[in-house]
Amino acid sequence: MFDFLDKYDVLGAFWTTVQLTLLSAAGSLIWGTLLASMRVGPVPLMRGFGTAYVNIVRNIPLTVIILFASLGLNQTLGVNLGSDKVDTTNFRLAVLGLILYTSAFVCEAIRAGINTVPVGQAEAARAIGLSFTQVLGLIVLPQAFRAAVVPLANVLIALTKNTTVAAAIGVAEAALLMKEMVENEAQLLAISAVIAFGFCCLTLPTGLILGWVGKKVAVKR
Amino acid sequence: MTKVSVAKEDVAASGDLVVLKSVNKHFGALHVLQDIDLTIARGEVVVVIGPSGSGKSTLCRTINRLETIDSGTIAIDGKPLPHEGRELARLRADVGMVFQSFNLFAHKTVLENVMLGQVKVRKADKKQAEEKARALLDRVGVGTQADKYPAQLSGGQQQRVAIARALAMGPKVMLFDEPTSALDPEMINEVLEVMQQLAREGMTMIVVTHEMGFARSAANRVVFMADGRIVEQAAPDQFFSNPRSDRAKDFLSKILHH
Repeated sequence: MFDFLDKYDVLGAFWTTVQLTLLSAAGSLIWGTLLASMRVGPVPLMRGFGTAYVNIVRNIPLTVIILFASLGLNQTLGVNLGSDKVDTTNFRLAVLGLILYTSAFVCEAIRAGINTVPVGQAEAARAIGLSFTQVLGLIVLPQAFRAAVVPLANVLIALTKNTTVAAAIGVAEAALLMKEMVENEAQLLAISAVIAFGFCCLTLPTGLILGWVGKKVAVKR
Repeated sequence: MTKVSVAKEDVAASGDLVVLKSVNKHFGALHVLQDIDLTIARGEVVVVIGPSGSGKSTLCRTINRLETIDSGTIAIDGKPLPHEGRELARLRADVGMVFQSFNLFAHKTVLENVMLGQVKVRKADKKQAEEKARALLDRVGVGTQADKYPAQLSGGQQQRVAIARALAMGPKVMLFDEPTSALDPEMINEVLEVMQQLAREGMTMIVVTHEMGFARSAANRVVFMADGRIVEQAAPDQFFSNPRSDRAKDFLSKILHH
C-alpha cells in the first residue's frame, strides 16, 4: 500500500520543513522579542510602531505575506536575498515571510509573559540603578520567557504547520511533495496519512517537551 | 535627650541630604501630596507615620522617582532629581529602597540578588561583589541561605535579604516603604533589629511604618502625615507624649490604646 513512497524523497521534503521551521523560529523569536520590548518601552514612537506592526501583520493571511514576498519583493522589486538560484531565493523568501508573520504572535506571547512579572520586580530593579535595557534584559524578560514557554510552544506548533504555505511559492517541503504525490498516485488516503503522521512526529514532541520545560523553569513566587 | 540634640547639630553641620520643596502630586482628582516641605539631614533617621491614604508611601517613592511629581523640587545631596535616563539610574543607585512586598528578584538566588547591582551598576569585580554580598548577608543574619531562591525563604528572611541588596550599593540614604507591613508578627522584630542596627551605625533613613516602637527607639524625628500634608513633626518623645495637632492626637488615641 505504501510502495509508491519509494519514488519520492519524503524525508528530504520533511527535512526542508524542519529547516523552514527552525530558521523561522529563531528569526521570529529575535524579532518578536524586539517587538515586545518596543511595546513595553518608554518611547512612544517605538510603542506605536510595535502595536501597529502586530495588529497589521497578524491580521493578514500568511499566504498573502508569502506571495507578497515572492511576487512583490522578488519579482517586482528584484530582491533575491543574496542568491542566484531560484530555489534558494524562494526558500529564503519563505523564511522571511514566516518570520515577519510569526514574530507578531511571538511578541504577544512574550508580552503575556511580561504581564505575569509583578511590577515590583521592575521597580526593585530600577531602584538599584539598573537602566531600562538592564531591567528588561536581566529581570523582566528572563522571568517573562519562563512564563511564556507554553504559549510559545503553541506558536512553534502553528509555525511548523504554517511552513506548508511555502509550497505556494514552490519551496520543496512536505506540502509540495504531497501535492505532487496526489497528482501522480491513486492512494489518496495513504498519502494524507503519511503527511499527517510526519507533521505529528514533528509537533507532538514539541508540545510535550516544551510543556515539561515550561513547568521545570517556572518561577516560584 | 541632650545627647540626641548634640548629635543633631553635628549632622546639620555636615549638610542636608534630602530636601523636598513644595512638592505636589495628584492621582487623577486626588491630591496625594500637598505642598510637602521636608529636609532630612545626613545621618538622621526620620519616621513617617499617618493613617493609610495619607500619602506617606507616595512621598517615600517620589524620593527616588518611582513616582513622578507634578510640581516642586527634590534634591539629594545637593543635586536635583534628574528626569529619566542614565542620570536618574545613577542617582537611584545611591538611594537604597526597601519595599513592603520585598520584591527580591524571583529567578535569582539570594546571593545573586545581592551581587547584581554591584556587578551591573557599580561594575564591581565578581569575586569582590560575592565577598561583600556574603558579608552583608551574614550581617543581616541570613548568610546560610545564600544559595536558596527567594520563594524558599520566610518573609522576614526575604526582607532582610532586600535590606542587604540595598546596602550592597553603598547608598547615601535608605528608604523603607512599610518594610514590616507584609510580615507575620513574629518576623517583624528580626527586620526591625536590622534596621535599628543600621540606625545606630549612622545610616540616613526615611522609614514609612506603623511600628511605633521603632519610631520611639530609633527615630530622631517623627513626621506625621494626614490627607497629603505634613501635619506635624517632632522628636519622638515629644510627639508621642504631647502631640500638638488634633489630627495627631486623634490618630495616636486610636493606635496606642490597644
